[in-house]
Amino acid sequence: MDNQMKLEIPSKSQNEAFARVVVAAFAAQADPTIEEISDVKTAVSEAVTNAVIHGYENGFGTIIVTAALNDRRLQVSVTDYGVGIADLEQAREPLYTSKPELDRSGMGFTIMENFMDEFTLASEPGKGTTVTMVKVFSQIKTGRDA
Amino acid sequence: MEIVMKRAGSTLLVRMAGELDHHAATGLRDKIDSKITLGNLKNVIFNFGGVDFMDSSGLGMVLGRYKLVSAQGGKVLACSLRPRVQRVFDLSGLQAKIPVFLSEQEALKNV
Repeated sequence: MDNQMKLEIPSKSQNEAFARVVVAAFAAQADPTIEEISDVKTAVSEAVTNAVIHGYENGFGTIIVTAALNDRRLQVSVTDYGVGIADLEQAREPLYTSKPELDRSGMGFTIMENFMDEFTLASEPGKGTTVTMVKVFSQIKTGRDA
Repeated sequence: MEIVMKRAGSTLLVRMAGELDHHAATGLRDKIDSKITLGNLKNVIFNFGGVDFMDSSGLGMVLGRYKLVSAQGGKVLACSLRPRVQRVFDLSGLQAKIPVFLSEQEALKNV
């Protein structure tokens, strides 16, 4: 099965739930397990939250979420045109956060990397950030779509 | 996200239900902090029994309350984690600071 989607949303925290539910509904076409869909939901939530809090620093901006399904491979990208990240290595370190005063745990990228099969981070200060993640769903169990 | 807060001695019980993300956590932290401060409470128990989704913003919310009460010698405990919430907890290593119990009764005994 090949399919794709694109979602454009303003950087409001209400849209964190909206974006993860949309991607989960899109991915459901490939009949993933509940575990797999939960992993995708959590990773998308992390990426969109980062765009809201860090990319746009809780201000106004546009977030683009795209997803593509090729057979059992889901690729999701989350893009913002916000402040960008100067030090990518530091940003990816577990427990590192640039905003501890906002109760950030510093676990966002760690969760994305662990819950998804592939993870890439591209960012340029002043231009924005794109996170691209891939999840390959396990094979359908026999008799499941009978 | 729905929460019910209850006082048990010097401990605040926070029973949560729904999805604990950044949006929900932002609303919760002020409610919880004002209960702690106004009620002069020492410890917090987060009951995750009804939480079916949590991301790192939930961890941050719990960690923030830990910083607040541990500065006064208090404790933060968590209980009734569903497998999905447990998965996020495990990855973070938060259990070194915030002990996790199977039930609220058990958490209360260990305050």
